[in-house]
Amino acid sequence: MQAEEKFTYETWPAEPEKATLEAKNKFLGFWFFLGGETVLFATLFATYLALKDKVPSADHALAKDIFEIPLAFAATMLLLTSSLTSVYAMYHMKNFNFKKMQLWLGLTVALGGAFLALEIYEFNHYVHAFGHTFTSSAFGSAFYTLVGFHGAHVAFGLAWIITLMVRNSKRGLNLYNAPKFYVASLYWHFIDVVWVFIFTVVYLMGMVG
Amino acid sequence: MANQQPSSGNPRVDVEYRRKKSAEEMRYQIVSFALMIFLTLVAFVAVGYDGFSDWFTVPFILLLAVIQVIFQLYYFMHMSHKGHEAPALFLYSGVVVGAVTILAFTTIIWW
Repeated sequence: MQAEEKFTYETWPAEPEKATLEAKNKFLGFWFFLGGETVLFATLFATYLALKDKVPSADHALAKDIFEIPLAFAATMLLLTSSLTSVYAMYHMKNFNFKKMQLWLGLTVALGGAFLALEIYEFNHYVHAFGHTFTSSAFGSAFYTLVGFHGAHVAFGLAWIITLMVRNSKRGLNLYNAPKFYVASLYWHFIDVVWVFIFTVVYLMGMVG
Repeated sequence: MANQQPSSGNPRVDVEYRRKKSAEEMRYQIVSFALMIFLTLVAFVAVGYDGFSDWFTVPFILLLAVIQVIFQLYYFMHMSHKGHEAPALFLYSGVVVGAVTILAFTTIIWW
């Protein structure tokens, strides 16, 4: 099976993301990378937990003062739904339906973009309403590093998916690009995995106190 | 690549089978999504509701997060499928190292 071979719905392999040697390597290598990402985010969570509410004086805002349910809930719903839309995209990829895959990837990008916009608003709000900045306290540094790193992952994931969509817009699906789309969707799901812990550990546990 | 052979001389049979399989899988995905939304709602309500003590709420929402992540990994990221032994090894190795780090960082601040 050649990567450039033209396929039809009938000849499209059942697992295109692992049908060529390159695809197999990509799949394995990407999961290895995700194992490393797990450690990266775990260390940032560890730092945040150790430095949460560690502020130099009593006039600094604490976690329970700044976090609010509506904002965290909206961000969570956006990212969780974008995870489902990328599942739909991979469903159409496996069914060799390029147009529908692009459509669902487009929806994923839109939801991810909305999430990112909300996060920018959120950070801006914390800085101006509470004076909660990266340098205002150890709490601020740990918070912006953890959540900001996640936000940077979202931004990178958006750029990645958009690049794939544009580069392959005229090519259609083949075994050269199917593994690329698959791996990008794994990355997107992983971003949501990290967010589940961020909304629980940072926002919800922050509001509890 | 020699490792992907059509399993029957009649591709239509395979196509029907595959269409059924992926429609079935999509149903599981929808169910996991509904469950994930539900778990998220429960977590937010548990925090918004004042009647629970913090000693209950915190472990409870952490448990909900872990369950939700399992759905994400095993259904959305297909870890329940065959051929995910190496990914599981990589991921759980990362989880073990991460867990030790978090344990170390959260216990070092007790004193």
